[in-house]
Amino acid sequence: MSIEEMAERTAIVADGGGQPLLEVEDLRVRFESRGRRVNAVNGLSYRLYEGRMLAIIGESGSGKSVSSRALMGLLPGSARISGSARFQGRQLLGLPDREMRRHRGADIAMVFQDPARSLNPTMRIGAQITEAVRAHGDVDKRAAYERAMELLQLVRLPAPERRFHEYPHQLSGGMRQRVMIAIALAADPKLLIADEATTALDVTTQAQIMELLLELQERLGMAIILISHDLGLAATYAHDVIVMYAGRAVEYAPASTLFAAVRMPYTEALLGAIPRLERPPHSPLPVTPGQPPDLTALPAGCPFEPRCPRAQDDCRTEAPPFTEHEPGHWWACYHPCEGSSS
Amino acid sequence: MTTVEERPTVLSARNLVQEFTVRGRGGIKGGVVHAVSDVSFDIAEGETLGVVGETGSGKSTLARSVMQAPRPKSGEVVLRGVNLTTCKRAQLTEARRHVQMVFQDPFGSLNPRWRVSDIVAEPLVGYGVGSGAERERRVRELLDLVGLNPDTFGRRRPHELSGGQCQRVAIARAIALDPALIVCDEAVSSLDVLIQAQVLNLFEQLRTELGLSYLFISHDLALVKQVSDRVAVMHLGQLCEVGPAEALYRAPLHPYTVALLASIPEPDPESARRRRPLAIRGEPPSPISPPSGCRFRTRCPRAETRCAEEVPVLRELAPGHSVACHFPEHDGTP
Ligand SMILES: Nc1ncnc2c1ncn2[C@@H]1O[C@H](COP(=O)(O)OP(=O)(O)OP(=O)(O)O)[C@@H](O)[C@H]1O
Ligand SMILES: Nc1ncnc2c1ncn2[C@@H]1O[C@H](COP(=O)(O)OP(=O)(O)OP(=O)(O)O)[C@@H](O)[C@H]1O
Ligand code: SF4
Ligand code: SF4
Ligand SMILES: [Mg+2]
Ligand SMILES: [Mg+2]
Repeated sequence: MSIEEMAERTAIVADGGGQPLLEVEDLRVRFESRGRRVNAVNGLSYRLYEGRMLAIIGESGSGKSVSSRALMGLLPGSARISGSARFQGRQLLGLPDREMRRHRGADIAMVFQDPARSLNPTMRIGAQITEAVRAHGDVDKRAAYERAMELLQLVRLPAPERRFHEYPHQLSGGMRQRVMIAIALAADPKLLIADEATTALDVTTQAQIMELLLELQERLGMAIILISHDLGLAATYAHDVIVMYAGRAVEYAPASTLFAAVRMPYTEALLGAIPRLERPPHSPLPVTPGQPPDLTALPAGCPFEPRCPRAQDDCRTEAPPFTEHEPGHWWACYHPCEGSSS
Repeated sequence: MTTVEERPTVLSARNLVQEFTVRGRGGIKGGVVHAVSDVSFDIAEGETLGVVGETGSGKSTLARSVMQAPRPKSGEVVLRGVNLTTCKRAQLTEARRHVQMVFQDPFGSLNPRWRVSDIVAEPLVGYGVGSGAERERRVRELLDLVGLNPDTFGRRRPHELSGGQCQRVAIARAIALDPALIVCDEAVSSLDVLIQAQVLNLFEQLRTELGLSYLFISHDLALVKQVSDRVAVMHLGQLCEVGPAEALYRAPLHPYTVALLASIPEPDPESARRRRPLAIRGEPPSPISPPSGCRFRTRCPRAETRCAEEVPVLRELAPGHSVACHFPEHDGTP
């Protein structure tokens, strides 16, 4: 199926209609250094509509961060990028540095896992937000201060007037992440990418930050890409879910469809391996042997084949195409699961 | 089936206290961090006690106090009849054989220059166990036990292993001296779920085959339930609830446990985009100046005036199921 057809179908599913905000097509990223080639992203396509939350999930090294950093022009020089990524119709890949800087923050902003490392430890919170505000607009000091306070209130930082004058280490992990979100929102982005933004937080704090993201999404009409290794997080908060394996999308559907009827053996393996509250203590977990493939030497066939309980001979010859098999439900597998909830 | 209570106690911790004096910087007040405040528990042979709690609640400090590294400020730890908190250094060294620790970072805990077989042999060499040939045999046996082929993996170095393989090596090293108890501090938290499942199953296999006991620490409640017979919930240096895993998860007594359980995002179709009422609002209090009375009261939906005035003590409401709360969720008879 072509990307156009895909768009039509997804548009129906997405229920947003109209032009997609972001349109990624056959995105590939390869790192080359000292004769070594790492195929980090190997043909990723998706569409994201305004106001939607898309979760990208997968194990460590599956290409979640690299594929998003490519959209922001944040990859090192050793990265070879191909494919297409259009934001409101405008091609992002290959943008000159200056234009990329303008697009970054104003169109798409990113929040990372470790707010302690993303914030400057020697600068007061207020100064860092004001700086972000002034970087995106020609505003005077007074207006920048007001906007900064408004942002801190928007992310519901407790006692913002006091926190404004404090340093990052004086804030809890949850509060630092709120500040990072405030900085990301400084230029009113239309898309926020949250890369493992709640991974380092406690469950209770994670719930608060996710609640904040949902609220911001409703109030500002922002789209969100939620990058995570946590299927539970995706199921609970996202509209749509992409499961990545070895740099490819292997399953893609609205969250409710996906979790009601998993098709991809890899997704099923992930779901089965998660300790769940409803399992009694000491119950053995189903085991998937092996490890993800070496990205410097990907197999010709299905990359999950060596670990897959459903594998057959045909899985080894050619990688299964990523196709929409049911309305809105895409997967890349020759012998999919029956589709009952696991 | 023998219940856990009938088995002999391996480790007994009584009234453990650990505090850190911190100096102020950048405007923050200095003071004493009450990292572990009067914590007691027992672990029976072949039993796993899980410890859950949010970041900074004192889980790692508790683990280190058990290991006597450093020794707790007060309280005692008795391991198979030996009081580790008062015994002489030589006796402590001997006793330490029986308690081993597995940490979160699988790479950081292994010497990067050593081969896997040397890493696993190290405790055997350190305690002068067996001859060279016997040690070699034991290392092969251990690697087999943790599911690593000794011929393939024995000669590798840590950077040639995956995270899960590194953690298996760390486990092989930890069980080399036949310990009675393994303390796992976030031992699988950095692993991907598929590898995590392999390592969790390995822990279970070793428990049933070797009769090992575990003190299993994690911030992940579902993970802890998976492996634990009993679970202790830690909050700001104190145990607020302890009970049999099944009962504690099915019918939690402490409002904090309820909040933790309600915050877990579960991958089921019904949960999709479900707006859930937030279980806890507000920020965790400072461990330097914890709230008076109940340390959870600033975030507790059930708090009343008594909670600010009187420290709730741990009391048993159902067999083996205790709670430190003036107004628990139910009376212990669910
Ligand atoms: N600068 C780089 N040079 C070479 N390889 C790289 C570089 N950056 C990333 N990679 C590789 O690309 C692959 C994908 O990395 P990526 O960071 O996208 O994974 P991820 O899915 O975000 O994983 P995690 O969950 O651990 O964050 C990995 O194998 C990684 O080692
Ligand atoms: N060496 C130390 N000096 C000063 N304070 C310390 C020290 N070690 C721990 N603390 C403090 O003691 C408290 C308990 O810390 P601990 O590391 O035991 O928590 P934890 O439950 O293991 O948290 P996490 O889930 O983040 O690992 C925290 O407030 C911490 O800042
Ligand atoms: S294509 Fe074959 S090997 Fe790949 S996931 Fe499907 S059944 Fe398994
Ligand atoms: S003692 Fe009071 S404040 Fe503490 S948990 Fe119980 S009800 Fe809440
Ligand atoms: Mg990443
Ligand atoms: Mg810890």
